[in-house]
Amino acid sequence: MWTDSQRKSDKKLLGEMTSCHIAEEPIKKVAIFGGTHGNELTGVFLVKHWLENGAEIQRTGLEVKPFITNPRAVKKCTRYIDCDLNRIFDLENLGKKMSEDLPYEVRRAQEIYHLFGPKDGEDSYDIIFDLHNTTSNMGCTLILEDSRNNFLIQMFHYIKTSLAPLPCYVYLIEHPSLKYATTRSIAKYPVGIEVGPQPQGVLRADILDQMRKMIKHALDFIHHFNEGKEFPPCAIEVYKIIEKVDYPRDENGEIAAVIHPNLQDQDWKPLHPGDPMFLTLDGKTMPLGGDCTVYPVFVNEAAYYEKKEAFAKTTKLMLNAKSIRCSVH
Amino acid sequence: MCSLPVPREPLRRVAVTGGTHGNEMSGVYLARHWLQAPAELQRLSFSAVPVLANPAATAACRRYVDHDLNRAFTSSFLNSRPTPDDPYEVTRARELNQLLGPKASGRAFDFVLDLHNTTANMGTCLIAKSSHEVFAMHLCRHLQLQYPELSCQVFLCQRSGEESYNLDSVAKNGLALELGPQPQGVLRADIFSRMRTLVATVLDFIELFNQGTAFPAFEMEAYRPVGVMDFPRTDAGNLAGTVHPQLQDRDFQPLQPGAPIFQMFSGEDLLYDGESTVYPVFINEAAYYEKGIAFVQTEKFTFTVPAMPVLNPAPSPAS
Repeated sequence: MWTDSQRKSDKKLLGEMTSCHIAEEPIKKVAIFGGTHGNELTGVFLVKHWLENGAEIQRTGLEVKPFITNPRAVKKCTRYIDCDLNRIFDLENLGKKMSEDLPYEVRRAQEIYHLFGPKDGEDSYDIIFDLHNTTSNMGCTLILEDSRNNFLIQMFHYIKTSLAPLPCYVYLIEHPSLKYATTRSIAKYPVGIEVGPQPQGVLRADILDQMRKMIKHALDFIHHFNEGKEFPPCAIEVYKIIEKVDYPRDENGEIAAVIHPNLQDQDWKPLHPGDPMFLTLDGKTMPLGGDCTVYPVFVNEAAYYEKKEAFAKTTKLMLNAKSIRCSVH
Repeated sequence: MCSLPVPREPLRRVAVTGGTHGNEMSGVYLARHWLQAPAELQRLSFSAVPVLANPAATAACRRYVDHDLNRAFTSSFLNSRPTPDDPYEVTRARELNQLLGPKASGRAFDFVLDLHNTTANMGTCLIAKSSHEVFAMHLCRHLQLQYPELSCQVFLCQRSGEESYNLDSVAKNGLALELGPQPQGVLRADIFSRMRTLVATVLDFIELFNQGTAFPAFEMEAYRPVGVMDFPRTDAGNLAGTVHPQLQDRDFQPLQPGAPIFQMFSGEDLLYDGESTVYPVFINEAAYYEKGIAFVQTEKFTFTVPAMPVLNPAPSPAS
């Protein structure tokens, strides 16, 4: 009489009533995606290595599947073939009738959706880690899509604490119009992992090491969780997207000003009204307007010139997570 | 192999080329800017012509469309009969050879300055053909003296017995500026500004030469290639590791036998097993993965550059 999802939500409610934690289902299936952008090499080579030798990503009782999402783009060492794979996992694209005329990435998105989705499906993947690089000086970054996801906030707290003193920033892309339909969004728990700065088409050993550590801590967290460990309430600092800022352009649409030297490489640092923002090709400084201090991210990302984004403005805030514990114990 | 003699007349026909590789942004944006506003390329005795070398690759923000343009200036490419199936860059190289050359002829441009960026930590690198290029050597010396804080390194790219293949080889004299590190597709203000200043100083040097300035002999230190090292690869040809953290970003610094050069994905270090100290450059250049080059090994050497014969000062500005 009761459906599966009704039974699941009853269990959750019972858990909340009997002790002050959210009881979550154990994590069964985890995917690690590399090559969503074919020229962001750290994810490509970590996944290729783990496909040969997956020992370091195995945890007892957990299925961890490494996977190359855009093999044609990886082969050509280019971001994408027809369109950006990390922007098209919306209902419209996923629902299009399969045909040879569809852009490569749309066909690929549908294949990926059938292999790893849909969200809350019986055989679906619970968590997807999507590995990315950026040319921006963003260090180790975790990308969160939902500010109320207790499980992921707890995971991110664990990763940040484990990586310290190496900084790890959390970028929240929850926004009515700016949020985009990522590859990982087909899972219940989507995690973006972004490490920079690294040029497109380059594989740096230090960046590889950082991304590897982030994955290790993430998998350790999942393992501890599945083993019944209770994670007490916690809070993390996150940077929430407010607005994207384009380069000043001339009448032909060409870039007329560059990221100012004072802003270049200063991702996550406060930018105050009046601080230099752009420098025109004629040498004039253009300052930040408005009344608010913002925290710029994706400053001078190569792939965003065509998306008309010089940097994104964020605001800093604290997100809280309730205590969580695996419901099986 | 003959090298052209030191110029005996003022240099009148000068070009500055950007976008030879369409994703090396300093040169792309400078060339585009000068095509709109060429005033800053003008001097009393000459005006430099700006050229966007690879328009199709620039429009697509890629290194090249069919073939690396900066490898297409050999006589084999330039002189063979055009066919409709020719790669875009081969056709373009022939056009540039008509415009700036013909290579090795008396009609070629006096000087071409070609602008490049690298993802490697090469700072300010001046690339000339060989130590026999007296004019280019004096120019490099001038840049080093003008900007001691930049530590301009001179890289002499031509290997003996090998024909030149790069764009600036079509002119009687040439130099490439290679500034890094900068990712492909990214325009950094600091590197852009440095490139612009260096171009201005190159043109100032040509003007000084044209006006009859004396340039005495001097000793120069430079780097020339002795080999290349590829990444460690699997049987399938994929990367099995990458540049070791102790080598990464250490362009122009000595690499001793036994020092680590690669780190495998499985964790072990591969060590340099050469017999002598080398000076690696182009360490982890994105565009060189497909050429099978993780870094270029060079040797450092010193040589004497003879004084440049003084010109009679240029009588009147070029029209």
